[in-house]
Amino acid sequence: MTAETIITIPADAAIHPRWVRVCHWINAMAILVMIGSGWQIYDAAPLFGFKFPKSIALGQWLGGGLLWHFAAMWVLAINGTIYVTLGLVSGRFRRKFLPIYPSEVAADAKAALTFKLAHDDLSHYNAVQKLLYAGVILTGILIVLSGISIWKPVQFQELTALFGGYDFARYIHFFAMAAIVGFLIVHVTLALLVPKSLRAMVAGK
Amino acid sequence: MRQRKIIPGVHPNLLIKDAASLMPDASRRGFLRGAASLGALTFLTGCDIIDGDAAEGVLRKISAFNDGAQAALFNRSKLAPEYPESAITRPFPFNAYYDEDEAPVVDGATYKLEVAGLVDNKKPWTLPELHALPEVSQITRHVCVEGWSAIGSWQGTSLSEFLKRIGADTRAKYVWFKCAEGYTNTIDMPTALHPQTQMTFKYDHQILPRAYGFPMKIRIPTKLGFKNPKYVVAMEVTNTDKGGYWENQGYNWFSGL
Repeated sequence: MTAETIITIPADAAIHPRWVRVCHWINAMAILVMIGSGWQIYDAAPLFGFKFPKSIALGQWLGGGLLWHFAAMWVLAINGTIYVTLGLVSGRFRRKFLPIYPSEVAADAKAALTFKLAHDDLSHYNAVQKLLYAGVILTGILIVLSGISIWKPVQFQELTALFGGYDFARYIHFFAMAAIVGFLIVHVTLALLVPKSLRAMVAGK
Repeated sequence: MRQRKIIPGVHPNLLIKDAASLMPDASRRGFLRGAASLGALTFLTGCDIIDGDAAEGVLRKISAFNDGAQAALFNRSKLAPEYPESAITRPFPFNAYYDEDEAPVVDGATYKLEVAGLVDNKKPWTLPELHALPEVSQITRHVCVEGWSAIGSWQGTSLSEFLKRIGADTRAKYVWFKCAEGYTNTIDMPTALHPQTQMTFKYDHQILPRAYGFPMKIRIPTKLGFKNPKYVVAMEVTNTDKGGYWENQGYNWFSGL
């Protein structure tokens, strides 16, 4: 983004347009339900040598977890489709997330870890933010597609095959969840450390 | 949060127990209460019976909507992938809501498959008669509702072929199955007529062992494992959805793959 394009934005314009804020909070609710119920489903046949504690898994038993998962999936998929479509069509993704240069990511990551990275201009993302936000959107697409491939390995068997078959797709689905949870920990922590960013996502600025 | 309604003289916990009596395990009931996910969902879970049931009602309605979505998605000519012999999972897991040594023991000599409902010929079928039907074979993936999967080899006769022989009204909506231990299952007619839906008498070319459903299992590679009943003793072609053991407890009814 050039200096000129920043100047052309009116001073009172929202940092996040209304559609971004609405989609963000609907997505936040849907993804929490998907993760919590997903943990319940995972526990029925764990891929690794651990289970998620019942106290943080949604739905009390497998049947309840599945009901939540296959209800929230519609919210996640419909809201996500609207968000990604508007993000691409409006050019917001391109303006906000691109380009991402590895050298900038490295420099900004170093600055962030040494607490030297400012976030004064909420409308502009540093390279680490660009990478994380673009990355989590791509991971979101991956988790939905791998989820569909697990849910419908006969009707969508071509997609399942693309994910390396039913059993392998479960691992992809799991690791995409882990990546999103990792993102959420960083994202929520930083939003709480920079409260005006939280205000911007609620009120727009 | 709403005030819990108190019925004089009845402890609230007893009311929960009463509501839970519909299900085999009381702890499974009320899966909307108590377990708040990530803390942020407490507002969704509610704290009393009424709110819990209201939320469960909504989830069950969405699950019914999902039945319709899956029925629309179901392609009668789309076949489940088949695998080579080398891909078979050995040993193929035993799976039920009871232990293997509690599995039903059915006497093949006296066994008769009862046929009821919208069919022309309701004559019961003995095992030798069933075994004489044309044999089809498949090596397909069994996908459990729990998430795990296993590849197995099943032989038997095509259910659509059998329905034709007994003069079933294939315009009916459902086929209902009853099993020796009381397990039940209802499937949609399009799935019953799917070319891979099989009345299974053999596993890996041997007569079905008790663990895998002797004398007859219904093998449906387009549905989750719990929609593949074992120890089947009766079937009915019907327009009434009679539900099923797990479906009645909250598993999705269609459960298509």
